[in-house]
Amino acid sequence: MFADYTWAELGSIFAMQGFAGLILFSVLLLMALGLAIIFGQMGVINMAHGEFMILGAYITYLTSNLFSTYLPDLFGIYFFIAMIFAFIGTFLLGSLVEWTLIRHLYKRPLDTLLATWGLSLILQQLYRTVFGPREVGVTLPDWMMGSYAVSDSIEIPVNGMIVMVITLVITIGVFLFLQKSRRGKQSRAVVLNRAMAGAVGIDTARVDRFTFALGCGIAGIAGATFTMIGSTGPTSGQLYIVDTFLVVVFGGAASLLGTIASAFSISQAQSIMEFFMSGSMAKVLTLLTVIVILMLRPQGLFSLKVRR
Amino acid sequence: MKKEISSSRLGTTRRTLLKGLAALPAAMVLASSSYAADVNTTGLAVTDDTVKVGILHSITGTMAISETGSVQAEKLAIQQINDMGGVLGRKIEYIQEDGASDWPTFAEKSKKLLVNDKVAAVFGCWTSASRKAALPVFEQYNGMLFYPTFYEGLEQSPNVIYTGQEATQQILKGIDWAKETKGAKKFFLLGSDYIWPRTSNKIARKHIEKLGLKVVGEEYYPLGHTQFNSVINKIKLKKPDVIFTTVVGGSNVAFYKQLKAAGIDLTKEKPLVLTLSVTEDEILGIGGENVDGLYASMKYFQSLPNDNNKKFVAEFKKMWGEKSVIGDVTQAAYLGPWIWKAAVEKAGSFDVDAIKKTLPGIELTTAPEGYVKVHPNHHLWSKSRIGHAKADGTFDVVYESKDLIEPNPFPKGYQ
Repeated sequence: MFADYTWAELGSIFAMQGFAGLILFSVLLLMALGLAIIFGQMGVINMAHGEFMILGAYITYLTSNLFSTYLPDLFGIYFFIAMIFAFIGTFLLGSLVEWTLIRHLYKRPLDTLLATWGLSLILQQLYRTVFGPREVGVTLPDWMMGSYAVSDSIEIPVNGMIVMVITLVITIGVFLFLQKSRRGKQSRAVVLNRAMAGAVGIDTARVDRFTFALGCGIAGIAGATFTMIGSTGPTSGQLYIVDTFLVVVFGGAASLLGTIASAFSISQAQSIMEFFMSGSMAKVLTLLTVIVILMLRPQGLFSLKVRR
Repeated sequence: MKKEISSSRLGTTRRTLLKGLAALPAAMVLASSSYAADVNTTGLAVTDDTVKVGILHSITGTMAISETGSVQAEKLAIQQINDMGGVLGRKIEYIQEDGASDWPTFAEKSKKLLVNDKVAAVFGCWTSASRKAALPVFEQYNGMLFYPTFYEGLEQSPNVIYTGQEATQQILKGIDWAKETKGAKKFFLLGSDYIWPRTSNKIARKHIEKLGLKVVGEEYYPLGHTQFNSVINKIKLKKPDVIFTTVVGGSNVAFYKQLKAAGIDLTKEKPLVLTLSVTEDEILGIGGENVDGLYASMKYFQSLPNDNNKKFVAEFKKMWGEKSVIGDVTQAAYLGPWIWKAAVEKAGSFDVDAIKKTLPGIELTTAPEGYVKVHPNHHLWSKSRIGHAKADGTFDVVYESKDLIEPNPFPKGYQ
């Protein structure tokens, strides 16, 4: 298939394709980070993760309308403010959901699947009632669209670069939070041994609520970011949920490093195969590979050694 | 219920008899009214002054995004018909059911509308999957379905009127136009992975090769796919003159945003992007600035300059708000009640078997898209048009076929 092309053309296509793989990596990782905290750390199977992301996207939409109506001069930077709003909004909703629903189910992790699935349906219908069943168009500042021409034939999408930077910042933030901060250490302690953590004076209920809300907040940031590359509608969250769980489960539920490694390997496999065969076939092969590896290694790529 | 209305027209003996048959549905009792019986011999929900019809679309679930417009158009048509005095002197009452984007639900609700409610006609279904699920029910209970969506063809039922275009009507002229007006030689076919894009691309490929042109790529992505960077790179490598797309739903938004981000400016037409699946409805979600310069091949655009359409757009906006937009399928859904009305009046009866005889040949001169006519194969004769999208989310019509295109759901040589 490459016989008709010059080396220069092939070189630039491979450079762009490599970049496409990196963008996909960032997207998968950003989707999965929030869930890695909620599912990986807390063991809650959060089927409403996609809907939290879409809440972030809708908040971005509202912020963009707000800025274009009242503060048109600042429209160029509204996106970053929208991200903060998205985080706060989803964080608050997350706390509320944890308090009303999730905290009653810590002893019954499988039931969280049903409860959060119900929640996802409720949220979808709520979005449909409030924002209408149609997708909304989120207007982005001009500088965030378009591409950056590295050379005559290599063009790098600007929004892809922004997604990568955001993902990098959030990942480092989450990593530092879990490893270094007091709250992060407490939340890991609660996950490992709830009774013991309580006994040494950690307020487990508060830690749980904070951890769950944080995972939701990160989902909100992811949702805000994805308005650059995807659609914003009541059911758009469903587009992400399968990939999100795939990444987290494949990586080994409790390991952040595993999530990163898993997002990287899935995205690279997917984007390389997509280039050489059709999109559906690439997806089939990626999923098959993941299934085979999970059959051989049910605990995922990375797993903590815990005495059960 | 409304026994009084009909009993006044009944003899005493028959009334006694009817009391004994109280278990029969009320509709059956009404049907025996001598006046209503003239226009309804099969026990449909028709009284002296009303007739019931069904509206069956998804108002919840993933498809609600697309089907809302169709519901609005059907309600508008019904209201306008009622304002003009109804059908055969009877006001239309509609019973709306929700298909909930779930195909078995469409079958179940169809049965409910036909068997329990005895509706005279149903306006509904959107995806081919929902139509295929409901079709056996309509054939078994002899109902009449008016189906609005452009679709892949390969179907013809005596119990369905297809008011959208079948694939050849939508595709062939579009490709001819790209060849003749734009000098296109190389095509890249891209679609979502299900029956409509695959059948459409099969027809497109056959036609492109018949014209002596070349297909340089054909790709499908799962429904809901959101990452198109790889295929965009592939397109850049193959350098087609035309990207011919049948991507649907949320994927569309991702595709056009990423196309723009990858530096492919649609207004430069290098390559030109020709779509079958982006109407004014979809542009709301994609954002007009992301599809500025896109070409779409379909039969209707909101900006069509004829008088019928101007009136239709004005009344649609009056009923559903200034911000509402009208896409191809919405207009096709609007035709359903009008075609049904014309067929019923020509037959002088609401009976499904009677209107089956009168439907072929029914003409509408007041259709927003212009003149349409029902073909004996239950599809519509209609024109093909090409629209050029602008940043404000509307299309300029840049091409219109001279004649009506004959519907051909089973195209020979294209399968």
